[in-house]
Amino acid sequence: MPNVLAILEQRDGTLKKVSHEVLAAARILADGMGGEAHGLLIGGSGVSGDGLGAFGADTVFVAAAEGLERYQPDRYAAVAAAQVGAGDYGAVMVAATAMGKDLAPRVAARTGGALAADATSVSYDGGVVVTRPAYAGKATYTLKLTATPAVVAVRPNAMAPIQADKAGTVQTVAVEAGEGRATTVEMKQPESAALDVAEASVVVAGGRGLKEAEHFTLLEELAAVLGGAVGASRAVVDAGWRPHSEQVGQTGKVVSPSLYFAVGVSGAIQHLAGIRTAGTIVAINKDPDAPIFKAADYGIVGDLFEVLPRLTEEAKKLKEG
Amino acid sequence: MKIAVCVKRVPDSEARIKIAADGKSVDDAGVKFVLNPYDEYAVEEALKRKEAAGAGEVVVVSVGRDAAQETIRTALAMGADRGVLLKTDAAGLDPLPVARALAAELTDGGYDLILFGKMAIDDSTHGVGVMVAELLELPCVGAISTLELADGKGVAHREVEGGVEVVEFSLPAVLTADKGLNEPRYPALRGIMQAKKKPLEVKDIALDDAGIEVLKLEYPPERKAGRIVGEGPDAVPALLDALRNEAKVL
Repeated sequence: MPNVLAILEQRDGTLKKVSHEVLAAARILADGMGGEAHGLLIGGSGVSGDGLGAFGADTVFVAAAEGLERYQPDRYAAVAAAQVGAGDYGAVMVAATAMGKDLAPRVAARTGGALAADATSVSYDGGVVVTRPAYAGKATYTLKLTATPAVVAVRPNAMAPIQADKAGTVQTVAVEAGEGRATTVEMKQPESAALDVAEASVVVAGGRGLKEAEHFTLLEELAAVLGGAVGASRAVVDAGWRPHSEQVGQTGKVVSPSLYFAVGVSGAIQHLAGIRTAGTIVAINKDPDAPIFKAADYGIVGDLFEVLPRLTEEAKKLKEG
Repeated sequence: MKIAVCVKRVPDSEARIKIAADGKSVDDAGVKFVLNPYDEYAVEEALKRKEAAGAGEVVVVSVGRDAAQETIRTALAMGADRGVLLKTDAAGLDPLPVARALAAELTDGGYDLILFGKMAIDDSTHGVGVMVAELLELPCVGAISTLELADGKGVAHREVEGGVEVVEFSLPAVLTADKGLNEPRYPALRGIMQAKKKPLEVKDIALDDAGIEVLKLEYPPERKAGRIVGEGPDAVPALLDALRNEAKVL
């Protein structure tokens, strides 16, 4: 019976939360295929794959070596492809993160697999079936991956981790020494350790209604209270007010937080496409006819410069209370 | 400096998507198609690099239907020298067969750089560019936001969650462009006129069988209708109450 490999992701030796979601996807497919769910954790010496049975892994393979602390595209791809080659794998799951989106096509190219990115669900029906947004969420594909292995990049926050009553085993795998064709020499940290808009469970996004770049501090304050990230519309990114890494929409990031605030965002079709899978959408806009209100679950019509400070203050009380 | 830029014809990001009668594809009628926005950064970067080197050639390559000639012409109007269309009616949803077709075209081209947009905004797979690099066994940095080249070596930045990776490589290399890499130029009228005369070779190809079958394409579920909780700052308590007690997200 074919098994399923979940490529796990760590940062500074700590497993990322999204890796639990990737394991959940692997577990679903492994149960469908009647095989096992394996994890593959690649990292620096000393990285640990312990305790992942509780998240559904039958076995975690740990590929630890000097120089693999950070994502190294070629070396990570070589380790992953070797693992796929060493076992009977029907599918390979990764997270659709910056690393996963780069690694998944490498693994698919090296193993001759079919690649589906940004999956929001997976199932097994005589083959690997995934749903994934197309046109940044304006439509949804249901795809069957007929080539083996099926390589699937799973969108963060789309699948819930599972809890399993498994001990799970850990095995180390040998890593071939060598240099990649390209080498990640450094990871620059941003000045503030901001949450990424694609990973945050709360996003506070602003548009042209903020009027000036400086006014985004109002959003930062609310995001800080709610433990969320700041997002931006295309208009304000194009205006240079915010970095592209914060852009939400078809030419930015497609996000699935549980709570999304659209503040002073009119709701252009390409922006709405990027938030379609958000849990709850709140719109704050002074124009009652703004299209964003049609997409929102809750709206406040009003001047954001009056509404936001009050919202931040009351949310703070609520969190502290 | 000889540079290939691989581009894709995609529906404009402001286009409404209409699902075709087969329930598996998009009805193209009335849809405006454009050069994939991320590919514009790749074209711009190629032109800048050629201009900086003082000599070279920028070749635009696309896989797609006959209509993709128009997309290639857009890149030629920006300033690229010539185009190649690998013509097929296949949908190309599976990136690996597309990457194989491109790799076969590019392998003996003597390119110093092969550039892509980091993804196409229609299926957003981030697949083909990186796969071409794998097939050609070339260094590849995906989704770059800065690029420095000197003496046959390069350094690129790529944005990742909560940071920026600094990646070194040597040429020839494959790079995929993120927004922010540069400011793409608009084709000037003169460029548009010149583009009509630039060489554009059309080669009929057959893609390898896709390893992906479309079971269905459908509209996303409608979000349930929302409501306006009130006007102005006085509506804040009602909003928070709804978020906490109805939506249960606070």
